[in-house]
Amino acid sequence: MERNPMRRQLAIMRKSLFDQGHLDEQFIELEELQDDANPNFVEEVVALYFRDSARLILNMEQALEGKPFDFNKLDGYMHQFKGSSTSIGAKKVKAESTLFREYCRSGNAEGCVRAFQQLKKEYGTLRKKLEAYFQLARQTGPMETASRPK
Amino acid sequence: MVFLEAGFSSPRNDAFPAGLRVLVVDDDPTWLKILEKMLKKCSYEVTTCGLARDALNLLRERKDGYDIVISDVNMPDMDGFKLLEHVGLEMDLPVIMMSVDGETSRVMKGVQHGACDYLLKPIRMKELRNIWQHVFRKKIHEVRDIESLEGFENIQLTRSGCDLFDDGHFLGGDDTTSGRKRKDADNRHEDRDLTDPSTKKARVVWTVDLHQKFVKAVNLIGFDKVGPKKILDLMNVPRLTRENVASHLQKYRLYLSRLQKESDIKNSFNGMKLSDPPSKDSTASFGLHKPMNTVPDDVLNGTYSFSVNKSLAQSVDLKGQADRNGITSVPMAEPKGALSKDIPDSHKTKSSQMSFDHSLGSVDSGVSFATFGSTDPSQYSWTEIPEIQFKQEYESFQPENGFNQLPLPEPSMIEKEVKRSRTEVKPLFDEYRSNLVEHLSPADLVGLFPVQGKNQTLKNQAFDPISATKSTMKTKDISQNCLADSEFAQRNLNAAGIGVPLASLSEDLQICWLQGDGYPMNFALQDFECSEYHDPALIAETPFYLYDAPRFDHEHLLDPTEYFAIDQGLFV
Repeated sequence: MERNPMRRQLAIMRKSLFDQGHLDEQFIELEELQDDANPNFVEEVVALYFRDSARLILNMEQALEGKPFDFNKLDGYMHQFKGSSTSIGAKKVKAESTLFREYCRSGNAEGCVRAFQQLKKEYGTLRKKLEAYFQLARQTGPMETASRPK
Repeated sequence: MVFLEAGFSSPRNDAFPAGLRVLVVDDDPTWLKILEKMLKKCSYEVTTCGLARDALNLLRERKDGYDIVISDVNMPDMDGFKLLEHVGLEMDLPVIMMSVDGETSRVMKGVQHGACDYLLKPIRMKELRNIWQHVFRKKIHEVRDIESLEGFENIQLTRSGCDLFDDGHFLGGDDTTSGRKRKDADNRHEDRDLTDPSTKKARVVWTVDLHQKFVKAVNLIGFDKVGPKKILDLMNVPRLTRENVASHLQKYRLYLSRLQKESDIKNSFNGMKLSDPPSKDSTASFGLHKPMNTVPDDVLNGTYSFSVNKSLAQSVDLKGQADRNGITSVPMAEPKGALSKDIPDSHKTKSSQMSFDHSLGSVDSGVSFATFGSTDPSQYSWTEIPEIQFKQEYESFQPENGFNQLPLPEPSMIEKEVKRSRTEVKPLFDEYRSNLVEHLSPADLVGLFPVQGKNQTLKNQAFDPISATKSTMKTKDISQNCLADSEFAQRNLNAAGIGVPLASLSEDLQICWLQGDGYPMNFALQDFECSEYHDPALIAETPFYLYDAPRFDHEHLLDPTEYFAIDQGLFV
């Protein structure tokens, strides 16, 4: 357990992200890639993810405005989005994407809309949490080790 | 390390697999960043690319600049599988596919297209650490290929279970002599290469030129008769081994089969009635039956006359007619279409070309395309032609048209076709003609009819254009294209952008061009099984027959409207 209160706080935040299912193993892989050559690697990747995925979210929103839905297009966007979300280990977001795609494939417009709303919610939550996390991390300084959740 | 002891030298480093040069292609910037980092952690040399096009350019610019390519399956500008094929055909590099989608069908597709591995995202470090094995495996195969057996004895020792250097495995029966000769000559050179770390290993890079040679050879031989040894001999490229050719041939086949599928899909989109021509199995469909009645005996013996010339020209023009799937209606038994040069180029053209092939190829019935395999250029061109001619609707063949050849569409259709295709044909024709000059014999009809020994069903629709051809034939524009020279055909085709060595017509092929009325027709028909030709359309316009049989000079005096039929002349 970290003695430094800030570090302790950071560790708690991190643990909760895993425990609550927001992040999975992939995030730890990213942490392990971080080194002296790239000391802020994880934060950079996460920032890149949110920047790029925002574009996809926008595309999907637009596609969901048209009627009738172009399910193929929507599925395509979501495929991309899902692939992107796996890159940082965004577990819940990934799950919502899968659900959305299922609705797409079965042509369930209502299901799509609902799933998308849920997805945006999870996406927003994750974003906030990670922003707070990295903000604290920057203040705290580099973590000593990347510890794996139980 | 085993490799070092074996004298396995890598130009880039002496601690293989460190320094492995990896090209990563992924449209997702996040993944690209992550993969770059991961690969760097493996001590690999990484280059990233966000677009498939860029990746191909990079690969082409630096032919020997990369050892392995890792690419995502879904990319905006190009299907990952297409990229995979290109890389396999042109550069012969190992390609690993990646995707978040792990569906078996997708994975299978990847493997079918030649991927040496298929990774699921999220990708773990341990998976990337092992990718060097694909590079090594390929190197081993190449080494074996390049007669430098001596230099690799060490490797051989380390691969006890491997029969790589087993002579029996290494050389085929008749490969021994010529293969050995070639090998021995280069052995010294190879050894030097092998031990010199600064020289690039003798990896065979399938440049556009080399590939073209390959395709040419395949077409000359005939796709269905093709074999690595034959191709190798024809290509006459020093230091190219049978194994190089064999693996390239395999990729080529995959590529063609994909194109065929695409053209098949295209065909269906075009609304061409791909369903079997009504006459297909009936007597007349192919028109052979009818014509037979009127065909002189010699003709009936299996000479075909075609008025191919126009079609050739037209086919050349096909490039722009990718949408005409009329031809595609003829499913080709095998994906054929020698895309000699154009492989890296627009797929669309190729597809359309392929579609032609398909349409022609599918002439199952009576038209036996003597030479064809899909790679047969003549076949290619042949298919091309129909496309143009088929331009518009393809009505089922009317057996009644009854010429010796395939039943031709009704005269009215012919007129229509004529009008439609006239302009198109012309320009091509001129271009074609210039190439043909040397081969033209005034009265000769050259019919290039790719005859496939296999059963192919020609769809009638494919032949409507025949009528068009006919009309064109009648005009003086129809120059005779005697494609006796495969290069000639190739030139034409290439000029047309088809890139298909039309000729692969070997001496077996004789192309007769119809000229004016009553063209004497020389048909070189090979394996023409009249009874099987149901689709007159086949004969009608584009049929190019590659025929082994002795020529027949066939004076065929038919009505103008029947010219076409004659031209197409499958006389059975």
